[in-house]
Amino acid sequence: MTFAQHLPALQVVVPLVTAPLTVLLRDRRAAYGLLLLAAWASFAIAIALWQQASAAGVVSYAIGSWAPPWGIEYRVDRLSAMVLVLVSGMAAVVLPATRASIEAELPREQHYLFYTMFALCLAGLLGITITGDAFNIFVFLEISSLSTYVLIAMGRERRALVAAYQYLIMGTIGATFIVIGIGLLYLQTGTLNLVDMGHRLRDIGGHRPVLAALAFLTVGLSLKLALFPLHQWLPNAYAYAPSVVAAFLAATATKVAVYALLRFYFSVFGESAVFNRLPMQEVMLMLALGGMFIASAVACFQDNLKRLFAYSSVSQIGYIVLGISFDSVTGLTASIIHLFNHAFAKGAIFLLLGGVAATLGGVTLDRVRGMGRRMPLTAFGITVGGLSLIGIPGTAGFVTKWYLVLAALQKGQWWLAFLIVLSSLIAVVYVWRFVEAAYFRAPAGGGEVREAPWSMLVPAWVLIGAVLYFGLDTSFTVGQGSLAAAALLRASP
Amino acid sequence: MTASAWLIASLVVPLVGAGVIALCGRLPRLRDAITMLTAVLLFLCVAALVPSVLAGARPAWHFVQALPGLPVAFAIEPLGMLFALVASGLWILNSLYSIGYMKANQEANQTRFYVCFALALMATIGIAYAANVFTLFLFYELLTLVTYPLVTHHGTEEARRGGRWYLALLIGTSTVLLLPALIFTWSAAGTTDFVAGGILQGKVTGAALGGLLALYMFGIGKAALMPFHRWLPAAMVAPTPVSALLHAVAVVKAGVFTVVKVIVYIFGPGYLAASTTVDWLVGVAGFTMLAASVAALRMDNLKRRLAYSTVSQLSYVVFAAALLVPLSLVGAAIHIAAHALGKITLFFAAGAIYTAAHKTEVSQLDGIGRRMPWTMGAFAIGSLSMIGLPPAAGFISKWYMLSGAVAESRWAIVAVLAASTLLAAGYLLPIVYRAFFRTAPAAGDGHGHGEAPLPMVLALSATAAGTVLLFFLPELPLRLARLMLEGG
Repeated sequence: MTFAQHLPALQVVVPLVTAPLTVLLRDRRAAYGLLLLAAWASFAIAIALWQQASAAGVVSYAIGSWAPPWGIEYRVDRLSAMVLVLVSGMAAVVLPATRASIEAELPREQHYLFYTMFALCLAGLLGITITGDAFNIFVFLEISSLSTYVLIAMGRERRALVAAYQYLIMGTIGATFIVIGIGLLYLQTGTLNLVDMGHRLRDIGGHRPVLAALAFLTVGLSLKLALFPLHQWLPNAYAYAPSVVAAFLAATATKVAVYALLRFYFSVFGESAVFNRLPMQEVMLMLALGGMFIASAVACFQDNLKRLFAYSSVSQIGYIVLGISFDSVTGLTASIIHLFNHAFAKGAIFLLLGGVAATLGGVTLDRVRGMGRRMPLTAFGITVGGLSLIGIPGTAGFVTKWYLVLAALQKGQWWLAFLIVLSSLIAVVYVWRFVEAAYFRAPAGGGEVREAPWSMLVPAWVLIGAVLYFGLDTSFTVGQGSLAAAALLRASP
Repeated sequence: MTASAWLIASLVVPLVGAGVIALCGRLPRLRDAITMLTAVLLFLCVAALVPSVLAGARPAWHFVQALPGLPVAFAIEPLGMLFALVASGLWILNSLYSIGYMKANQEANQTRFYVCFALALMATIGIAYAANVFTLFLFYELLTLVTYPLVTHHGTEEARRGGRWYLALLIGTSTVLLLPALIFTWSAAGTTDFVAGGILQGKVTGAALGGLLALYMFGIGKAALMPFHRWLPAAMVAPTPVSALLHAVAVVKAGVFTVVKVIVYIFGPGYLAASTTVDWLVGVAGFTMLAASVAALRMDNLKRRLAYSTVSQLSYVVFAAALLVPLSLVGAAIHIAAHALGKITLFFAAGAIYTAAHKTEVSQLDGIGRRMPWTMGAFAIGSLSMIGLPPAAGFISKWYMLSGAVAESRWAIVAVLAASTLLAAGYLLPIVYRAFFRTAPAAGDGHGHGEAPLPMVLALSATAAGTVLLFFLPELPLRLARLMLEGG
């Protein structure tokens, strides 16, 4: 076998091996360099895999040459290739900002451990995405979750410990639900390979244990992806984690959970009759709308900007789930492209907020008064990111909104189309709370110009550039997204 | 250079101009010079396109494929040509005026002001040239965003409140009503291109057609149809050059321009007249026309009075377009140019009064005509145009609208137009009367003042002259308007 054929394994192995190596190195600079190298290598591997998958449709890799469905299969199709590119790309972009950020937020002797945890988290997220094995999903989910708890707990304030604890409890409940769901499926089908499981479920039909498995998996994954009203852990986790961690998690962790949900729904259950027996579409629709409206409304009342944008994340996840609930190619396309569009905007915003926290000493609306004058690039970056959250044309968020409304109209649901655009107006309110504070209030301290550190500003503006670019040229996001959506739905009758 | 090269140039020039202005922030004289230069260059680029458009060509440019089947593309048709010509031509005079105004009033953040202004012009040209509703929508929203810092320029509590109204109504209507209309058009017709005769024949019918029209008409908040007109008076907190060019010309005309374009090139007047009723739109526009005039009568603040007058005059265009007959559609197109010249003159005068005499209320203007004869003379000409009296350009557009109504024997419409004319006279002529025929209060503010700084007086005299000139030489806009209907 050639090197190129082993790329699926390397995708996970590279960051996974980096983790113990950073512990052995015990030096923060060496650990940082190694992790940066690993992240960029992962990104390169993901792009190569994406090219392989677009050429061949599906890349299947048998771990240890044990043929699936008996051995563990790594399986890269269009959707997983896109998510791999997203996760590794976000890691590659966010990592250069970590040094300046944790320099300010963590004691020195913990730095190399931070990189260890980051590497584990990256490995876990990539593993969930690439594996074609149900139990493997659970294992990687635990790897990423446990490392995430540690990363969050590393936050500067003591409240980070409470936030991490809260997430630990919720995350563990979620993981338990997921493993029960997988166990039920295993009992019913006798296989752990996702593709095989999908085929066997078609013959089994929708009797009760299968329905129970679907319910357990839905609840468990909804906890991980912070679907309203299971989002309680998220605002605190994002607000009190170290800034770069919040940026990385906001851009990737919930997105990977959405990916797992899509995988189970469409590749595993898609061919069986369970969806006809449960009002899943209606339930998802209602929860999505709840997130879109209630979480946005709550965001309008936050004074801490990290919490404000964290609640905005919950509402944006509502958009993603709404797209799934349409069960149409257009709707799924909207969901898949929003994985990207939201990741860019939120990643950029949290990076910039990290810069704000480092420069102004806090991210409350009170602290950022007059920021437009003192940190023009930072403030403008957050504003552009916010415009994308609203869905102003020319930004990536608009493309999502377009496809969501189109999906609603194709189903003849006018009322839903109006609800979608109405909910985006709430985003105007919370984004404008920041804009007015930053541009209309007099600065709290001196008026001197002091931008966020360059190492945070440049990655953030790379992401802002992506927000603007993918708002105008959508050949990658929409082109690939609609292909992936079509491929997912073709699996179902 | 080919026509499409001029097209690209007229989008690039203001964009590059904005960049250079930003770089020259520390050198005010150079910055002002570059603003003027950009404005002149833009006008030349736009004017260079006129001969080919008159000859029947439709210069076009495909910029980028934003969504599958939905390009960001430009194609110049006669109405867009007219709008671009008006906006870019008046930008030259407005820049001249701005330089005088901003300096005399010692405004802060002048660099940001000129940068946003240049970007606003780029957005306006983008709207004028848009080849499909999608592109138009893109620039429409951009125009809202880049004019927001201009509206809130002073950064005061009042400016912030005005800005909130501005955004809430403009973003609100465009997002909640216009965007679904656009997406529905696309999903029904498979295109959003502006095509002569419309693109909806047979694809949208019955109640859906009427509903779609309502979504468009109220969704285009910049046209300020009641009840979505409140943003325009709120925007008057901006410095006067902004009110003059943007809230009398570029932004509001972008609104009515979009209305006319959607009716002519998306619905198609013939199809609309044959398959649904638009009487409600005539009613709403007529109501807005009269109600806004009545509101204007009661405003003492000069700029707010002019703003309500704009709301009323914008509805003339919607009103005329909704009659769906060729004569009135020509009137609608010409009114875009005629009202632009007249209203910018009025705002220039209001700004000149504020600069020279620091007066903002109508009741303070007694006898001011004797101190500022040029300013108030121009104001009088602008008022004539608003009322629709010769020798001012407003007469021509009103003539076409009335002819359209008379030809169709729609006497109610003639009555509404007549009433609105009387109301316009009622809220504008008293100002002229006060200025020239009342004596100034003896004591009060004892300091003598004369005219405003020379650049401002030059600018407002030029626009007033333009208003008269357009009355005598309406050839170009008339030809463009007729070309629009021939659908070449």
